[in-house]
Amino acid sequence: MKRIIMIALIGLLALTACGPGPAAPTVTPVPTTPPDTPTPVPSAPRQVRVMTHDSFDISEETIAAFEEQHDATVEILQAGDAGVVLNQAILSVDNPLADVLYGVDSTLLSRALDAGIFEPYESPVLAEIPDRLELDDQHRALPVDYGNVCLNYDKGWFAAQGLAPPANLEDLVKPEYKGLTVVENAATSSPGLAFLLATIGHFGETGDYTYLDYWADLRDNDVLVTEGWEDAYWGQFTYGSGGEGERPIVVSYASSPPVEVYFAEEPFDEAPTAAVVSDGSCFRQIEFVGILRGAQNRELAEAWVDFMLGTIFQKDIPLHMFMFPANEQAALPEVFAKFAVVPEHPAEVDYAAIEANREAWIEAWTETVLR
Amino acid sequence: MKPNKERRRWGDREKRRQRGKNPLSLSPYLLVSVPLVFLLLFYFYPLASILTLSFAPEGHFSLASLGKLFSTSHYLETFWFTTWQAAVSTLLTVGLALPGAYVFARYDFPGKSLVQALTTVPFVLPTIVVALAFTALLGPRGLLNTGLTSLLGLERPPLDLQHTLAIILLAHVFYNYVLVLRIVGTMWSNLDPRLEEAARMLGASRWRAFRETTLPLLLPAIGAAAFLTFIFCFTSFGVVLVLGGSRFATLEVEIYRQTIHYLNLPLAAALSLIQILFTFGMMVAYTRLQARATLPLELRARRVTQHQPRRWREWLVVVANVGLMLALLVTPLAALVERSLTLSTAGGASISFYRQLFENPRSSAFYVPPVAAVRNSVGFALATTALSVALGLMAAAALDNRGGGTACPGCRQARKPALQRLLDPILMLPLGTSAVTLGLGYIVALDEPPLNLRTSPLLVVLAHTLVALPFVVRSVLPALRSIQPQLREAAALLSASPWRVWREVDLPIVARAVLVGAVFAFTISMGEFGATSLIARPERPTMPIAIYRFLGRPGAANYGQALAMSTLLMLVCTVGFLAIERFRVGEVGEF
Repeated sequence: MKRIIMIALIGLLALTACGPGPAAPTVTPVPTTPPDTPTPVPSAPRQVRVMTHDSFDISEETIAAFEEQHDATVEILQAGDAGVVLNQAILSVDNPLADVLYGVDSTLLSRALDAGIFEPYESPVLAEIPDRLELDDQHRALPVDYGNVCLNYDKGWFAAQGLAPPANLEDLVKPEYKGLTVVENAATSSPGLAFLLATIGHFGETGDYTYLDYWADLRDNDVLVTEGWEDAYWGQFTYGSGGEGERPIVVSYASSPPVEVYFAEEPFDEAPTAAVVSDGSCFRQIEFVGILRGAQNRELAEAWVDFMLGTIFQKDIPLHMFMFPANEQAALPEVFAKFAVVPEHPAEVDYAAIEANREAWIEAWTETVLR
Repeated sequence: MKPNKERRRWGDREKRRQRGKNPLSLSPYLLVSVPLVFLLLFYFYPLASILTLSFAPEGHFSLASLGKLFSTSHYLETFWFTTWQAAVSTLLTVGLALPGAYVFARYDFPGKSLVQALTTVPFVLPTIVVALAFTALLGPRGLLNTGLTSLLGLERPPLDLQHTLAIILLAHVFYNYVLVLRIVGTMWSNLDPRLEEAARMLGASRWRAFRETTLPLLLPAIGAAAFLTFIFCFTSFGVVLVLGGSRFATLEVEIYRQTIHYLNLPLAAALSLIQILFTFGMMVAYTRLQARATLPLELRARRVTQHQPRRWREWLVVVANVGLMLALLVTPLAALVERSLTLSTAGGASISFYRQLFENPRSSAFYVPPVAAVRNSVGFALATTALSVALGLMAAAALDNRGGGTACPGCRQARKPALQRLLDPILMLPLGTSAVTLGLGYIVALDEPPLNLRTSPLLVVLAHTLVALPFVVRSVLPALRSIQPQLREAAALLSASPWRVWREVDLPIVARAVLVGAVFAFTISMGEFGATSLIARPERPTMPIAIYRFLGRPGAANYGQALAMSTLLMLVCTVGFLAIERFRVGEVGEF
């Protein structure tokens, strides 16, 4: 059917092209820029195409190392956030855009697996990766890195007010923390959803005090909800906004404090912000890579997956993507080793339950917090 | 003056003689076909593909999942909110910008072209950047509140605009003011001021003279600007999400949520379709109104219609309006520039964030040198401008074809070919279409040779052109329709070829309007983020994409570089606008 429409359209196009068309100039919009480095040479015989989200980043040396080892080029295709990329992969399952997809996280994993976009691949490098990060026993999605969504607070603000910083989720609903917290909308933001999942894992859906009771209390305690992480962190968080925001507690990542140190204008002895990492107060997001069904070059795709799990790539992850490497043999950079805190017991939510309940949870949350 | 009689006479004469004289009436179908084929390939085909896939994933139509649409009042409420906030935003924008358009049309004053360029800058700024600028100005600890608190000795900040409807409306005015200013201002500057003077001499009051001579002549341009503003606010996404906070949602927001978060394609497609049909309905109604309201006019060169303000009252009008523009449009921009310079140091200013833009300390493979970002953005923008102006001129010429008598109010619309009558509304459809829906449509549809464009940078230009095209058409059409047919007839009688008639009669008159259209096309492409970010693209980031990338991670250096890149974007656009304004084809642009 699609083919017929296309042929008809092309015919129409050809017809108009042949006619003594109007004298208006026809323009071929050729982009005026030559490709930038590191663009693969199109004529190269071997190429691995990787589709991923806009936050993907890695050093030039790492990419060059792979290209040299395998005498191949890497083309990275980026589009929007993890959700956008996954949906694109699902819609193009019969004619994939790339060979490999990286960036499906634990909240989206079961959608990806149900849609059957990945082929299993049991990489030998998986032996170096702890079992707790492996969620798919068929090895269709392999863990590359992880991060924890946690509450962050502005140390200086709490010191100046003489108030103890929050130690756990329960603290946020106490009267002395009224109006201090900003969170992201679970319906529109990935850390927002992750934090909602942390509260679901921590308080549960049944019992005397459910996650919805907690959120109702948070609402009474004047929690502010923003659309995304950017607005929460740069616009509302006292530290991130440089004094214009009014909220000293924000939902961000456990890695945000070391990143603040790394990107500070002046060197810090200690991080200006800190993450709350008590048991059950964070949600762990694991990011996965998988070989797409119908990959053009399976062997090269396998090589790329092995490479992503290997130490060269893994030790490059923290300072480029601000996540923790899944491979424990990869050494952490100094700023992470010194300033990062990893929660030992993040809240637990079964990943299959996430896809099944996502909409219901978000609707219930929206109803409780926003309407 | 008896415009009605005049017009009827022109119309009759036109019917008798004009048919076949205008080159553009010689080949209306050919003219129509080029933009139409463009739309078929890059709009209707992808849209049809994604809608088919959404409604009939297994090959047969199933509407079961649409039950949700009617099971709660949520979607109806969303539709209602979307509509009325757009209507109020449009009224506010037109009301505030009309006096500005008057000032720009009638007066010449020092610094005018700079103010004009600056008022266009908001149009290109990413929403999140605007949100941060508004927080810096209007937030609880923003400049305004701090100033008022200390001035009035208050304890709490007096203004709480955060996450209110008021700030959504304000942002919509901020973004769309320039639409009214430019589209109406251009038309107004070509009107003969003697018409109003004559009315005044005949004893009409100032208000009556405006209402009965100028306003009717301006209506098509006001309608065009208001319509575009309405559609922009109707499909507003970032402004409502970021500035309005989570309590407000437009249809566009719902479409995004249903698509990206729930992958509920049938519901998203249904909402998309509602949005498209509503736009189409608005457009049909608007086209009819506009065609009736347009009269052929004798346009005047600018040097006749504009002068320096002379009396104090004229100066007052100019100063008040320019002051409003500066307060409303330029202070948020200034706040951004200020922050980009002062954020890094405790006191004083520093250009350290600008320096950092040129450094790549972690040798990131995705580092974007500022020069490359500027080059990418400008390259896409120039290609978009060229393509949309070419297609837009063809479309506008086809729409203006008076063989059937658009310009003759006495005759009925029905004389126009159906295709042509529908072309105008159809051209506007991409504006009312969700970027998410169309973006996924591209993935599904354009995946086989010869249209295997899914990962081509060309797709960015095509997507931008779809949005820019309506602006070119809306800018050009009112001017084209105001051309007096006698001019063409006279040229034809003097045995000019149809092409020459077009070049020497039509083009000089519409040239300024074409420039305005080109400015809009350039601007739209420079600032476009939504559609660009949804296209899977090999590394070729535009400036807005680079800004979002900086803002996506913590650390003062990233925030600072995002602000520095935003400042650079404003600078490049201002220079671009000034350059386009200076662009003249011989005497052509002088009108």
